[in-house]
Amino acid sequence: MTAAIRRLRWAIPYLFLVPGGLWLLIFFVVPMAVMASISLQTGSLGTGYALTWNFGIYPEAISQFATQFLRSFEYGIIVTVLTLLIGYPMAYTIAFRGGRVKNILLLLVILPFFTSFIIRTLAWKLILADQGFLLGTLKAWGLLPDGFGLIATPISVISGLVYNFLPFMVLPLYVALEKIDHRLVEAANDLYASRFQAFLRVTLPLSMPGVFAGSLLTFIPSVGDFVNATILGSRETTMIGNVIQSRFLDFNDYPRASALGFVLMAAILVMVLVYARLVGSDELTSG
Amino acid sequence: MTATPVTIPLSASDAPATSYQPPLRARLSRLVLPVYTALAVAYLFLPIAVMIAFSFNNPRGRQNITWQGFTLHNYIDVWSRPDITNPMLQSLIVAVVSTILATILGTLIGLALTRYRFVGRNTTNILIFLPMATPEIIMGASLLSLWVSLGISRSLLTIIIAHVMFNISYVVVTVRARLQGFDRGLEEAAMDLGADEWTTFRKVTFPLIFPGILAAALLAFALSIDDYVITSFVAGKTITFPLWVYGVSRLGVPPEVNVLGTLIFVVAFLAIAAQVIWQRRQARRQLVPSRAP
Repeated sequence: MTAAIRRLRWAIPYLFLVPGGLWLLIFFVVPMAVMASISLQTGSLGTGYALTWNFGIYPEAISQFATQFLRSFEYGIIVTVLTLLIGYPMAYTIAFRGGRVKNILLLLVILPFFTSFIIRTLAWKLILADQGFLLGTLKAWGLLPDGFGLIATPISVISGLVYNFLPFMVLPLYVALEKIDHRLVEAANDLYASRFQAFLRVTLPLSMPGVFAGSLLTFIPSVGDFVNATILGSRETTMIGNVIQSRFLDFNDYPRASALGFVLMAAILVMVLVYARLVGSDELTSG
Repeated sequence: MTATPVTIPLSASDAPATSYQPPLRARLSRLVLPVYTALAVAYLFLPIAVMIAFSFNNPRGRQNITWQGFTLHNYIDVWSRPDITNPMLQSLIVAVVSTILATILGTLIGLALTRYRFVGRNTTNILIFLPMATPEIIMGASLLSLWVSLGISRSLLTIIIAHVMFNISYVVVTVRARLQGFDRGLEEAAMDLGADEWTTFRKVTFPLIFPGILAAALLAFALSIDDYVITSFVAGKTITFPLWVYGVSRLGVPPEVNVLGTLIFVVAFLAIAAQVIWQRRQARRQLVPSRAP
């Protein structure tokens, strides 16, 4: 009996793996394949679809929505750079100067995000409104012209995205900075490096895995987002996410929407790989 | 994650204060980062403050966008607005069921990945990583493709399936982080003292990894109750709270929505505070140096 059990020990990890693994296989991998197949079909919801290997839909969809694609990637890059600039000093302060309140500061960073994403974005609409308390006050003081507005401009969409994805930057940066051995920085100081030089030559390079993970976690959701562009934007700030969503849910134009989704996915993967080469991190799946 | 090495307090900041006073400029420059961080945290809470403030507003008409006067009525009225509380109920059902399922499935995978060497480890790692690296809209759209091509109508069930799917990876990552700092020697000690594998798991392993599982469940619950993008693709006629709020946002959001938002925020705050206090107590009771989280 025990001998038989011992012979089956190799199966234990698979027993643990199978339920969750199957779930991901059936509801993540298979749907991707279905979407790929739908993108190559022709027909309509009424008459039914048939697989015609219509690869022509890809160049057609890309050229039709090139503006929205480029805009999404432009916004995504701007948002990633801004969250990095805003988030790095925060993560640095919490990791190195946080002292006893380190964990509390970290929780304060996460806490706002337990409020609904939609409600937070709607609150930004209120804050940035033309006569809202931010611009309204500045206008009352005569610091801004009366016609000045932020809502429905790229600035409001980008600031909404920056706000919503900032913790995704701060948390990985914090994890990377927290791991750094302080004695390395002290050694640099002992060897007559200025505080700035020590940061540039020791702390910054050692925090690169955090920069990499944080940038990915911010860039990917902001490129695919459509909620910020809908609530804070206008027709001029439509992103590719808006197109995909409306093609799927309003137009029932499944083949074109699927093709657009695939192009977005492929473009993101290419950019991530290029970025991985540039930063020189191959820690994609670890940690 | 490795255990934090014991640091000997030799660095300048830990040295006892001396009579030496740095020049004013240096003292001011040390304040830059803390002040900046305080401002940044204030920025993060700005929309929350607006939400809470407007939950006490007494608006005339549909738009709850200008301050009209303080009232507590919204906190009573909200319970007689089934059009708002029903979506909230749907969201709670989805969040509770999907959190339980995702936590079980994810914890099992986390255990497999940290304690066993097996063929297919790397593939599993990639399978866990991919959902986190895929834009939500792609996951929602592909699930919609699946249901449409199978001819299955969308319902509460398809929402729950989707939420379990995107939560598994987050649970695995959270639980794995906890398991990686785990001292296997404690289990060996239990076995040496005659405990069988099941008893060891029940009495030693599980209590030690439980805080990690709880943290993962909290994260999964928060992600689920807030999800709009994926849910919008797989909901069909079911309306969850984020879907409802998004739907009325063009016409004007009633203050009762802010009331529910505020209540969720308060509950999340209390849950997190309770977890922190509980963890500190545990750490103190164990009388051993607490491990990095």
